[in-house]
Amino acid sequence: MAKSYDVRRLPGFGVIAVATFVLLYLPILVLVVFSFNAGPSQSEWDGFSLQWYYAAFANEQVQDVSIRSLWLAAVAASVATALAVPAALATTRVSRFPGQTMIYALINQPLMVPEIVTGIALLIVVAWVKVSTGYTGMGYLVAAHTAFCIPFAYLPIRARLETLDPTLETAASDLYASPLQAFRYITLPLLVPGIAAGFMLGFVISLDTVVITEFVKSAGQDTLPTYMLGQLRRVITPEMNAIATLFLALSLLFVTAFFLITRKRG
Amino acid sequence: MAARDDTERHGWKWLLSAPALLVLLVAASGPLMIVAVYSFLSPGNIGGVTWDFSTEGWFKVFFSRDIFEPENVSWNWANLTVFGRTVWLSVQTTLICAFLGFPTAWFIATRTPEKRALWLFLITIPFWTNLLIRTFAIQELIRGTGMINTVLMALGIIDEPLQLLYSNFAILLGMAYVFLPLMVLPLYAAMDKLDFRLVEAGYDLYASRARVLWHVILPLVKPGFVAGSILVFIPSIGAYVTPRVLGGGRTMMLGNLIALQFGQGRNWPLGAALSMLLLIVVMAALVFYLRAVNSEEGKRRG
Repeated sequence: MAKSYDVRRLPGFGVIAVATFVLLYLPILVLVVFSFNAGPSQSEWDGFSLQWYYAAFANEQVQDVSIRSLWLAAVAASVATALAVPAALATTRVSRFPGQTMIYALINQPLMVPEIVTGIALLIVVAWVKVSTGYTGMGYLVAAHTAFCIPFAYLPIRARLETLDPTLETAASDLYASPLQAFRYITLPLLVPGIAAGFMLGFVISLDTVVITEFVKSAGQDTLPTYMLGQLRRVITPEMNAIATLFLALSLLFVTAFFLITRKRG
Repeated sequence: MAARDDTERHGWKWLLSAPALLVLLVAASGPLMIVAVYSFLSPGNIGGVTWDFSTEGWFKVFFSRDIFEPENVSWNWANLTVFGRTVWLSVQTTLICAFLGFPTAWFIATRTPEKRALWLFLITIPFWTNLLIRTFAIQELIRGTGMINTVLMALGIIDEPLQLLYSNFAILLGMAYVFLPLMVLPLYAAMDKLDFRLVEAGYDLYASRARVLWHVILPLVKPGFVAGSILVFIPSIGAYVTPRVLGGGRTMMLGNLIALQFGQGRNWPLGAALSMLLLIVVMAALVFYLRAVNSEEGKRRG
């Protein structure tokens, strides 16, 4: 009976929604398709070819910046996750304590401040430290990316912790487990999906970060995104499409894994 | 006894949080405070600052002085134009995202639960894929030799390529494209909780679809609208990559103006002051959002 008049239907909404999905995917699709173009054009199809992928792989600068990006993302996400676990334990499922709001604000701060502001703030500090210590290594980028990844690593870990039953740990301590043992054998194994999700999110975020890197990096420390940003002003061949496609595939892999982890157990 | 017990318990919380907080203080919050300090210093000759107190940085945000007669003060129209463009483009971006995002979120929320997860995933993928790559994809589409111009010329609609790139329109298109998922997700979250019996009640009382939409659905999903608008507006107002790639040199937004002061402009205090201004706008938007959420909750309780 309710079927005769569908209360969920709003005329025109379906059309706009489908159009939105098409608009959302069409540009990416065009980008991916033309990475396989035999010719140098972004709009005229000359046949299928993998030549731009070969070109990208043979390009030493691309190799260099890709390795740096992956290394940076791995280090920053690992450190950020390692720091986010104790912070999440200290601020989740606990009684309110003085300064709790301040801890939340500090942890979430990178989410609220525009990247350009964080970028120039770090530029100022890095310029300062560089002059006084002479150090020009990757440490600046590692610190900047780690700080930026912390909220992204923290959120899934916290979300996972909130679903854990505190009686499990109580049971462990009833059986004379020390707090450390209870954490090691009860909390930590249950927390693994949250930790994995936090790491993956951090990894993707670090890989995507372009503005902060642009302002913090020293000469010769380009990452894949800053390299691409620099190239976009020139005449672009489908080699850039090939690089972007590989980059997209990598992000997609991590996001899908993140989804599977958080959905199944959540 | 109880009090001591309490302080002991809180101590470990701070201890466990300390490493994360330390990194955030050193590489995120601390530097922001230094920006605030720098906005009150004098510019150095080749960038950097000299440690002399000055309000000139803040002054130059809004005003400019005549080179020959420093007492002759006028509005700094170059900067004001950039502010105007930034706010106007951000507002338009938010409106476009709302116009496309509302039906999209509604579409997802009215699917069967199994299909909903898939559609939601389709919205989330662009959200987590690189913003630069999505901006690049738009650049490729609208450039002179891009897909849109090629197709329009092949169809005989235009004779020569339209100059779409490096304009306000290009920035608007790019921002709406990259930030759209941020509008859909909170709207969907609000619609997911929507009690469809209320919608049904509206129809039972002979309301038209337009009236139900306006008087029943919109008020109920308003929190999602507010959250989505804030989530789109804030990154729009602070955008740097999208206007840099799609806007070109003449159509700057505030983010690019800030970057310019630390590059060719060589006026770090002015750049710092502009950054603080951006931060103030963002914080104001967040406070507005929190107020809206609180008053909404207050209404529900009251």
